[in-house]
Amino acid sequence: MKAAIANAPQSKSSKKFLYARLHSLAGILPLGLFMAEHFYTNSMAMFGAEKYNEQIALLQSLPFLIGIEIVFIAIPLLFHAIYGLYLSFISNHNTASYKYTRNLTFFFQRISGVIIFVFVIYHVWSFRLSTAMTGTEVNYHLVSEHLQNPIIFAFYVAGIIATAYHLCNGLSTALITWGITIGKTSQKIALQVSMILFALMSALGVATLFSFI
Amino acid sequence: MIETKEKVLRFKIKRQNDLDAPSYWEEFHVPYRPNMNVISALMEIQRNPVNVNGEAVRAVVWDYNCLEEVCGACSMRINGKVRQACSALVDKLEQPITLEPMSTFPVEKDLVVNRERMFEDLKKIKGWIPIDGTYALDAGPNISSSEQQEAYKYSTCMTCGCCLEACPNVNSKSPFIGPQAMGQTKYFNMHPTGALKKEERMEVVIGDEGIANCGNSQNCVQVCPKEIPLTTALAELNQSANKYALTSWFRK
Repeated sequence: MKAAIANAPQSKSSKKFLYARLHSLAGILPLGLFMAEHFYTNSMAMFGAEKYNEQIALLQSLPFLIGIEIVFIAIPLLFHAIYGLYLSFISNHNTASYKYTRNLTFFFQRISGVIIFVFVIYHVWSFRLSTAMTGTEVNYHLVSEHLQNPIIFAFYVAGIIATAYHLCNGLSTALITWGITIGKTSQKIALQVSMILFALMSALGVATLFSFI
Repeated sequence: MIETKEKVLRFKIKRQNDLDAPSYWEEFHVPYRPNMNVISALMEIQRNPVNVNGEAVRAVVWDYNCLEEVCGACSMRINGKVRQACSALVDKLEQPITLEPMSTFPVEKDLVVNRERMFEDLKKIKGWIPIDGTYALDAGPNISSSEQQEAYKYSTCMTCGCCLEACPNVNSKSPFIGPQAMGQTKYFNMHPTGALKKEERMEVVIGDEGIANCGNSQNCVQVCPKEIPLTTALAELNQSANKYALTSWFRK
């Protein structure tokens, strides 16, 4: 018996596996769902200022809003962003030598992540933190005013496309991380579907931006 | 590809005199013969080690053995991409043909690298079937022919190192043991007797050096000269690692 105990697998103290899985989970469940909601809600601007303001007011009237924002958005977002940033810097990119589709999507996943990191800090500051501090009402007018500046508008186009890409490509790799798409063909089809989703999501996001000007 | 009409092949080789010595590029012209591969061109340089400037230099050294893409010794970066020099036909290569040693491994001299880390990794994942004991262990359970077919693909791994070289996440900043060891983990786990060590292998898979380092760039499966379905092995290991991590946590 003693020998069996000595030979039993020793659990290593590594937390890396746990962090990697939490990183994937955070990206899909709270953040992916939030992104779907966020893109949808904002697209209401295409139906006019009144419809948009109605939606914003509805969301802001949710009970426990601060709690929901902290638990389901802020914490997963901070963890996903910081751990993801660490991940993006430990890879040695080699797309110059190996121009395979997956290697390119892998590279863009990290590039888009860094773009989103900068974009989200700016975006959250503009429409959540600074407005909360000054007590400014967030509505169609405020967003519209903001987007009149062509540089900010371009930054938003980049941020939205990067976010759509990061989420959709991330979905296809999450299917591998969670052991769902195992074979070559299913992984390929998952990537194709995710790229269609990326195109649709980008189109919706950019169309929303144009409806503010 | 490019038709080779020239009588001379141009080679640009990244050389290094010793383990920690700085590297430098040297060019050679090699007389063309039909059906040459990179190895036969390197043999030509060995026979007549004179560079393009007409200087007699130390002959270029490289590793090779089987010359039929089964031993894994002659892996190098040819025109930027890692592959076996024996199966790299010069007629299909753009000139000048650049040869570099694999950068993931310590370079010992010219194109010779030390691939020992992969053999160390095979020890870590217990890359064997435990049959030794104090008594006879019998013939073991039968394996279906479809399982044999699947296992065969993984058995062709020749520890050449191409997958580690092409993987963006195998580098000095990351402890990842790489696709080769992951593929072999799947291989030994799927064997009914090999599965006796499955839990010990899974500890490595969910450990610091394990599968959490995989970023799904999938270069491994693209460069593998043996066409081993490494990404399938990785996805399957992801699945079993998730189950293993969860159940072992609940057993605590």
